Amino acid sequence: MFSSCADPSTLQGLNWLMCYLTTGKHLDFYWSFVTVLTLLAVTAPVALAFGFGGAMLARSHHLVLRIIGKGYTAMVRGVPDIVFFLFFVIALDQGIEWVMHQARCPDWTDPIRNGLEFRVCPQAKVPPNSAAQVWHSVYGFALAVVTFALVFGAFAANVIYGAMQAVPRAQLETAEAYGMSQGQVFRRVLVPQMWIYALPGLSNLWLILIKATPLLFLLGVQDIVYWARELGGAKTSAFSYPHPDWRLYYFLGLLVFYLLMTRISEVFLTRLQNRLSHGQATAAGEAQRKAAA
Amino acid sequence: MKKLILTTALLALTAGTSFADTIRMGTEGAYPPYNFINDNGEVDGFERDLGDELCARAALTCEWVTTDWDSIIPNLQSGNYDLIIAGMSITAERKEVLAFTQNYIPPTASAYIGLSADIDVSTAVVSAQTGTIQAAHVAQSGATLLEFATPDESVAAVRNGESDAVFADKDFLVPIQAESNGQFSFIGGDVPLGDGIGIGLRKSDTELKATLDEAIDSMKADGSLNDLIKKWFGEDAITY
Repeated sequence: MFSSCADPSTLQGLNWLMCYLTTGKHLDFYWSFVTVLTLLAVTAPVALAFGFGGAMLARSHHLVLRIIGKGYTAMVRGVPDIVFFLFFVIALDQGIEWVMHQARCPDWTDPIRNGLEFRVCPQAKVPPNSAAQVWHSVYGFALAVVTFALVFGAFAANVIYGAMQAVPRAQLETAEAYGMSQGQVFRRVLVPQMWIYALPGLSNLWLILIKATPLLFLLGVQDIVYWARELGGAKTSAFSYPHPDWRLYYFLGLLVFYLLMTRISEVFLTRLQNRLSHGQATAAGEAQRKAAA
Repeated sequence: MKKLILTTALLALTAGTSFADTIRMGTEGAYPPYNFINDNGEVDGFERDLGDELCARAALTCEWVTTDWDSIIPNLQSGNYDLIIAGMSITAERKEVLAFTQNYIPPTASAYIGLSADIDVSTAVVSAQTGTIQAAHVAQSGATLLEFATPDESVAAVRNGESDAVFADKDFLVPIQAESNGQFSFIGGDVPLGDGIGIGLRKSDTELKATLDEAIDSMKADGSLNDLIKKWFGEDAITY
């Protein structure tokens, strides 16, 4: 990165360290933090949407919709995460390619499944073989987001379902007495009031999601834990910057990062809790009202 | 962001040209000097040089992909890349699921290293990388096998006392032993295993296998393969 780093074998002390910490490999490491934060930022709202949808289906008066909603939460919650991350992603990937294959190569005669091999025509590959590595990474990342959202969405659905049930019946009845339709009751009274009941469960899920990001490597995305292990491992003189086993220092760095993320989340969630309690028919809302009065 | 713009531009450029399929080459990137990620974050090592040269001779467009050793064969089979060039020894067991080119490294020795030279490796705790011929050998030898996901961790296990010795390709262990300031020593003699190292392919990719075999033939014929082996494994390495 710097011109003074051209010949690492001549460097000493701080100069060596500075050059070491700015190698291309370390820059990849720093980028992987951005990857993880982006994953969190994208997955959380998508998972919340999945959860909201799942909860609405589970509450539906329509039998089929209700079975879909309850089936989704029951199935995903019942399967161990790691099985889901290994099996589902491969199935999703192969499913997409299978559909592309049917659409683009109707004349292909070779079998798609050949023992353990899965082989579609080159035009059906997603992304195509000739695409730059970056697109393969983006695709892997997208699969990761969908998988994370699906798994965490199921848990969120259960939390939100419970929160919707917890809103006092009297509140809804009052709204009905004012002549609101079912949709209006749902939008104007039920949804605004249920968040305070959902928040503790959702905040748990958020913290678990933060710590689940190392599962990214199972999905082929090189995350911070992968790079910490790769960079920290002992390096012989085949590398420009040989060093002994430094994994401890890298993992300590990760520890600080995860603790910091947890702390920031806690501060933010406490504020959110205060805000949502405002004017609610809960003990916390009542306490706020008394304090203000 | 710069990278993204650049690749988008490249993609736009290449999209117009004819459909020349890229060969994606899967490697582990954690097994120096065979393959490793260098300090610039690129795949480097003997197999990088070899792979690039083979692609040039066979007039193929190639791209490097790194993956976990554990899932390196399943990922090939589900089509995430087209070949494995990752120091993979040719064995009868792997031939049941993969096709191999002819070997590009002659059958070489595996070896044990440990903190002292007089450990009895038939009864000790021996670490090896999971899913390797070395791990299979240790399991049969009567020693207690301790498996690790990466080669580096199998060596680190000896340093911190989890295992008494590590068993791996000798070419991988030589620089580690040499630079350990006398901490490590070789235990016993060399153990010959496998039928050499080759490129792993899907069984249905017969055309690609023929192309690569031909390219390896030409490198063996003009001696350039021997030069490469000497460059990465030292003057005393076994050559063709």
